[in-house]
Amino acid sequence: MPDVAPAVLAMPSGTDAVPPSRAREFWRAFSQNRGAVVGLALGGVLVVLALAADGIAPHSPIEQFRDFELAPPFWHAGGTLRFPLGTDAVGRDILSRIVYGTRLSLLIGTISVAISLTLGSVLGLLAGYFRGIVDTAIMRLMDVMLALPSLLLAIAVVAILGPGLINAMYAIAIVLLPHYVRLARAAVIAEAGREYVTSSRIAGAGALRLMFATILPNCMAPLIVQATLGFSNAILDAAALGFLGLGAQPPTPEWGAMLASALEFIERAPWVVTSPGLAILVTVLAFNLTGDGLRDALDPKLRRSMA
Amino acid sequence: MLRFVLRRLALIIPTFFGVTLLAFALIHLIPGDPVENLSGERGMDPARRARLLHQFGLDQPLPLQYVRYIGQVLRGDLGESLTTHDSVAREFATLFPATVELAFFALAFALVVGLPAGVLAAVKRNTVADYAVMGVSLTGYSMPIFWWALLLILFFSVQLGITPVSGRIAVQYDVPAVTGLMLVDALLAGDMGAFRSALSHLVLPTIALGTIPLAVISRMTRSAMLEVLRDDFVRAARAKGLPRWRVIVVHALRNALIPVVTVVGLQVGLLLSGAILTETIFSWPGIGNWLIHGVQSRDYPVVQGGILLIAGIVIAVNLVVDLLYGVVNPRIRHA
Repeated sequence: MPDVAPAVLAMPSGTDAVPPSRAREFWRAFSQNRGAVVGLALGGVLVVLALAADGIAPHSPIEQFRDFELAPPFWHAGGTLRFPLGTDAVGRDILSRIVYGTRLSLLIGTISVAISLTLGSVLGLLAGYFRGIVDTAIMRLMDVMLALPSLLLAIAVVAILGPGLINAMYAIAIVLLPHYVRLARAAVIAEAGREYVTSSRIAGAGALRLMFATILPNCMAPLIVQATLGFSNAILDAAALGFLGLGAQPPTPEWGAMLASALEFIERAPWVVTSPGLAILVTVLAFNLTGDGLRDALDPKLRRSMA
Repeated sequence: MLRFVLRRLALIIPTFFGVTLLAFALIHLIPGDPVENLSGERGMDPARRARLLHQFGLDQPLPLQYVRYIGQVLRGDLGESLTTHDSVAREFATLFPATVELAFFALAFALVVGLPAGVLAAVKRNTVADYAVMGVSLTGYSMPIFWWALLLILFFSVQLGITPVSGRIAVQYDVPAVTGLMLVDALLAGDMGAFRSALSHLVLPTIALGTIPLAVISRMTRSAMLEVLRDDFVRAARAKGLPRWRVIVVHALRNALIPVVTVVGLQVGLLLSGAILTETIFSWPGIGNWLIHGVQSRDYPVVQGGILLIAGIVIAVNLVVDLLYGVVNPRIRHA
């Protein structure tokens, strides 16, 4: 079996006790970075919030309590524990909207990163494995996509597809794509000349098998790191699109869209602005911290230079 | 060197055509064609429709239309806005200086704060100062800047009342546009009141837009400094008995700047992305604001032209950075 650094993630710990299992070795490297552990814990909390939103949120995210418009959070004068973070301009409970927004944001992140990672790995594999004209065509296309600032490209895609949550996800997947293609391609080029690939080829493996079964598993480390960091980019960009009115549409409890509809009340009721933004910041921070930790733990070269 | 320049220039041509293809596709992929968009809700009789299609050249085969489009682009003709009926290129040229002014100050702010912060973090490694700089930098990097801008407005404009909420200058000032850069124009007009007003309007947008580059620059400076501080020449400089600040600033920082300069160059795309959000929030009359209005009002020539021009700027700046990098670091030239 080839030397697989990242397969660790899938391998149960304790499969080979001596030397220390890869999972344990990975965890040791990862947990040295305190920020990464905090990020992972935060991410765990967010996942629980997203999965159990129905049980945790005190109200429906779209129910309007017309007697409680712009009620302040409970620690302000006039606030009530019934609406711990206050209500928005039409009397919706902000805490409930934030909790459901977590579900939405993680969903956006998961779907757009999944699309982008899959498509990007395939394109990168093709470019790196076949080289020549295939490589040139794919990489020039990626150069074009990289020439556009990320938000601008997302806006262009939304302009074509029309605004909305689903289209925003496609737009973000497209924006993230070039990074995965480049990483996968670089990793494939580095791996393709290795002996285990040659031996597999001599054993009669076809191009598809070589690409997906032999080479790809050994290129996963940078892709996993990029996927984690891509998650935070996806959430930020989705919120930005929502804020510009090009992503999720009201009354969807999406954080960016919540901020956009809160703008006119910023002076009277600052709490409608503070909590959705804080939710975005904490989520993005959690994934950035985890991603940094993963990079240090999965890339031994970097690990040494950071130490 | 000449070969390096030529090779980099040659790489740009396919990218340029790719971007024009994307901009061209934008018009043809949107639901409904431009003529349909012109006709409004009442519709249009087929004869008039056919005449208009012919007039815009939309009845010709797509490849031919694309060639015509390239021809127009190369002549600087980007069509006219559907809402203002003004030339897209001219509108862009009028608004672009506002964005340049904002981006310049944001980048300057990021450098002035980010470089010393990064150096400090590297020199005082693993101390409270280091953790503080890195913590702030990571938070800044994760910040949704549209929210950050709102917090700044909430604190400085609403609570303290010391900065204006939006725009480039107070309404009572009328500064003749010479360069399009409000500060320079105010100085040229000799109007100090206008200058102060323009400056106070710049403060919050500068901080909002500069925050992410600031985070990136301080992180990059720190890691580049850590690399360099380990090098033999730094030890030699120290052994010579040079003062500590001189070793850090003259010997280490100068060498650490090479990767930092590259990163600064790559911030241009980030700055323009951020400018779209910042300008929207502060009603800053630049190209980001203009483009978002274009998207919202389905003004496709504006969107198409704006995307093409912004991509062109990013490509040009990246080229300049690449070339500069080749000048600074000979190893790149021969790679």
